[in-house]
Amino acid sequence: MIRFDAVSKRYPGGQDALARVDLDVAKGEMVFLTGHSGAGKSTLMKLIMLMERPTAGQVFVDNRNLNRLSSRHIPFFRRNVGVVFQNHQLLFDRSVFDNVALPLQVAGYQANEVGRRVRAALDKVSLLHKERHNPITLSGGEQQRVGIARAVVNKPALLLADEPTGNLDPELSADIMRLFRQFNEVGVTIMIASHDIDLLRRMNKRVLGLDGGRIVHDGVLP
Amino acid sequence: MIGRKPAARPNKKGAKSTKPAPAKTRSQGASQSRARLGDKLDAWQAHHSTTAIESLLRLLGTPLQSLLTWLVVAIAIALPAALYVALNNVQNIGYSWQDSSQISVFVEKGARENAVRELSERLLEDDAVNAVDYITPDAALAEFRAHSGLGRVVDDLDDNPLPAVLLVQPAEQAVNPQALEALRTRIADQALVAEVRLDMQWVERLHQIMQLAGRGVLAFGLLLAMGVLLVIGNTIRLAIENRRDEILVVKLVGGTDAFVRRPFLYTGLWYGIGGGLLAVMLVAIGLWWLSSPVAHLADLYQSDFRLRGLGWIDSLQLVLLAGLLGLLGAWLAVARHLSQIEPR
Repeated sequence: MIRFDAVSKRYPGGQDALARVDLDVAKGEMVFLTGHSGAGKSTLMKLIMLMERPTAGQVFVDNRNLNRLSSRHIPFFRRNVGVVFQNHQLLFDRSVFDNVALPLQVAGYQANEVGRRVRAALDKVSLLHKERHNPITLSGGEQQRVGIARAVVNKPALLLADEPTGNLDPELSADIMRLFRQFNEVGVTIMIASHDIDLLRRMNKRVLGLDGGRIVHDGVLP
Repeated sequence: MIGRKPAARPNKKGAKSTKPAPAKTRSQGASQSRARLGDKLDAWQAHHSTTAIESLLRLLGTPLQSLLTWLVVAIAIALPAALYVALNNVQNIGYSWQDSSQISVFVEKGARENAVRELSERLLEDDAVNAVDYITPDAALAEFRAHSGLGRVVDDLDDNPLPAVLLVQPAEQAVNPQALEALRTRIADQALVAEVRLDMQWVERLHQIMQLAGRGVLAFGLLLAMGVLLVIGNTIRLAIENRRDEILVVKLVGGTDAFVRRPFLYTGLWYGIGGGLLAVMLVAIGLWWLSSPVAHLADLYQSDFRLRGLGWIDSLQLVLLAGLLGLLGAWLAVARHLSQIEPR
């Protein structure tokens, strides 16, 4: 699903965020990215989302070479990738429902289809009863679940999450991880960046350790 | 490709999709993850109308701020529009004055009355001639006696020295320098005509002044239109800044540039149309305010001249023009600022 071929990324400032990274993530896999801040986790995800372009090397997503994707096609590519952020990036000028509906409206779904899918996604994260609320009135864990609902409402085959449990206590983190595991069980490829080592051990999934822009560990944590 | 189709009808009516679908269905091509074309077109139309309405509601949600922008736009449009109306009115006065710009045709002395009447008939046949007044030498002498104050001298004359005169009234379509000059030449070529007098200079000057004023109004209008572009562009730039977060999220979830642009373009359109409507009202109020003194003034001059305002068509055109300006201003702002907002 995701393949990096000798990918390097150097920011204009001069520091190498990624240095000749090779990696391969199969369809339906669930992998974690870990490492200190500045190790290159976010850069790696941004390359997959086409928020950044690599300085050298090639990134493939679903066998598509992202280098060959013109910026005109980026929006259509992004509709097939769900993203969850640490700060959830919710819009506080509209209801939970409208936040989750955004990816569908953008993709041109009809109103009745939008309603059906948004409710299904909210139901999955157990927030159907709060669809009319403003996300600002929700707790941190609930906000993150709204963010997850928005990421999966379009039923993407690939889900990226950048520190999705960064601000949450262990119990809420476990809830969120359970959700991700459920999505993975139905075939969604999932990549989660996290520096919570305990959590990674508990999840018992493949972990990619990054340090200084290189992959220094690949496999289940001991 | 990634993604999965909205399976044609995955759930039975009423069934809740609490359980994730089985993994098997997931491997279907992602071409399906897009909505069907017909549906997309409907949704596109629906998005246009909802965006249009939402942008208008958003403007009405901050009434004072929007009103200020509308007023600025309205004033910038009303000024040249008022000048245009004024110019039109002056032109109307000009035409009525030009109507009195007659051509004096002096007939050869000693021409017989019958021949002069024939000449008068011939002149009337010309399309460029509206009316011909025949003033006999006797009538001319009587008028001269009455008005010149030289009655005694006239009485002493043995012979009437005055020729017969034909006063030619040009038709309305002929009231411009070229046509009048052509008419003058045609009349001068007639038999029995001794001399043709036409106050061309006056007509020409008025014509030139009108053209100059017309260009002035146009230049002024263009400058103010640029002002409108800048004002709306700047307002839209602020709106873009205010909605930066939203733009970022929309771009992250796959919104195209057109999708992101749309609400701002509609906002610009509404600013323009609202400003145009206000401008039409401002001009109407101004005319109403001036119309009664102007009517009184015209009455004093025994004229039935009345101020003419913007007609329905003119008003509609003005509003449309303002709307276009708003759209264009928004487009400029959007083209410049939207591309700078990219998720990082």
